[in-house]
Amino acid sequence: MALLEVQDLHTFYGSIEALRGLSFTVEEGEIVALLGSNGAGKTTTLRSISGLERPRSGAIRFLGRDISHMPAHRIVQLGLGHVPEGRRIFVNLSVEENLMLGGYLLRRTPREVQARRDEVFERLPRLLERRHQLAGTLSGGEQQMLAIGRALITRPRLLALDEPSMGLAPILVQSIFQIIAQIRKGGTAILLVEQNARQALRLADRGYVLETGSIVLADTAKALAENRRVQAAYLGGEPEVAL
Amino acid sequence: MSVFVQYLVNGLTIGSFYALVALGYTMIYGIIRLINFAHGDLFMVGAFAGWFVVGIAAGMHLPVAVQLLLALLIAMLAVGLLAMGIERVAYQPLLKASRLSILITALGVSLALENGAMIAFGAGFDTFPPNILPLSGFQFLGAQVGDVQLAMFVLSVVLMVGLYLFVQYTPVGTAMRALSFDQDAARLMGINVEGVVLITFLLGGSLAAASGVMMGLYYTQINFMMGFLMGLRAFTAAVLGGIGNIPGAMVGGLLIGVLQSLAAGYISSQWQDVIVFAVLILVLVFKPTGIFGERVVERM
Repeated sequence: MALLEVQDLHTFYGSIEALRGLSFTVEEGEIVALLGSNGAGKTTTLRSISGLERPRSGAIRFLGRDISHMPAHRIVQLGLGHVPEGRRIFVNLSVEENLMLGGYLLRRTPREVQARRDEVFERLPRLLERRHQLAGTLSGGEQQMLAIGRALITRPRLLALDEPSMGLAPILVQSIFQIIAQIRKGGTAILLVEQNARQALRLADRGYVLETGSIVLADTAKALAENRRVQAAYLGGEPEVAL
Repeated sequence: MSVFVQYLVNGLTIGSFYALVALGYTMIYGIIRLINFAHGDLFMVGAFAGWFVVGIAAGMHLPVAVQLLLALLIAMLAVGLLAMGIERVAYQPLLKASRLSILITALGVSLALENGAMIAFGAGFDTFPPNILPLSGFQFLGAQVGDVQLAMFVLSVVLMVGLYLFVQYTPVGTAMRALSFDQDAARLMGINVEGVVLITFLLGGSLAAASGVMMGLYYTQINFMMGFLMGLRAFTAAVLGGIGNIPGAMVGGLLIGVLQSLAAGYISSQWQDVIVFAVLILVLVFKPTGIFGERVVERM
């Protein structure tokens, strides 16, 4: 049984059909990349999975349960984390408060929340230095780390990441991708939406290519990186990221 | 000097009532961006609930302190639950609709509460039993301060500080601040947004009820329309402090109370509301974010 199984998913924004019968799977412990141009439906896919958008039809099974009609806060509880596009940290709260909210579901066991917060600090020491600062004063890279750290407090089985490298300097892109690799080592599966297709395919095990709300290609990451169509559309004009 | 202090004391007393109501306005605006026009009427229902409980408790010959405590607690609980019910039935289905729909609904709820209270309790004035509160007091800088005034002020401050601590230091309070900023992100933290909104209405309604009971006892007379003016003044207080800002509502309430008291004392009580609402207009024109207001991020 796949960890996440999406079947014939249709999601609408008003009368616009953003997802047109999407199907894909994510297995335990793997990294799956979703590629596609702007407006292809990548973000809508993640928002539908995590319950922020209500799909009109289709099934989303996580750990064997249909979650397509479950409220977002219960989906988090099942172990599906989502770091949304644009990070969406609470800039009016401190770094520490942001992390504590990541542990909101564990609020009746504050010691556990503190222990997990300390784990996040250990993994992302920059956050420890800035724990009392307002999150809005962090740099872009630090904000992304906070957004990821906040989602890790619940120890999700699957973490959906929406454009984690967006707007970051190349050196920071590298460290974000390293963090993602580490998270997978810890046993968390990752569903990665990324504009930086080259990097994403280097890290991922498998990938799907979306066009106007449907999957047009599905293969291993290696095969996708060598696919001519993918190269032309998503890897072609992009300069190699300097290391 | 002593006259001035006297006006100040009276102003702070009623200002603390305004502050409690203003807190509800500001919290509800903060988390769902709704000016809840029915909020003043919750204050009125609180006053009637307190009056009703005092009537029954007095009939049972309970000691006065017990009567007052019961009136306060039962009114706070009842109105808190009423506010939750209103949110669930009238506002929650409209949270995704346009702002105007929910605003008009709030006006409808206000009318329903006012007319409901008129049918239940009559259109005239009801009075608390005379001399239920002690008339004792003390001199302070030449002003006469009633023990009751002091007790009510202290109780208001305790409620406000309690609310502030709740919002600042508990997980649910932090969730409130989080979802006032970004509802979707709050959902992704596992926060049951609808549940937290209901808790906000419970708190706002209880504080309004506490204010209603105290104001009813202070002026002894209550009426089904008493929430209307209170609502407007408390709204002014919330705007003055910076709508959405909790300490702002407290300070704004006290300032409006003092301003009203000084205006009534030095000019004329007929002018007090003219001056209070002139302040509202001036704040909206010159500093729409209020005293403590931050840059308002307008979303949607």
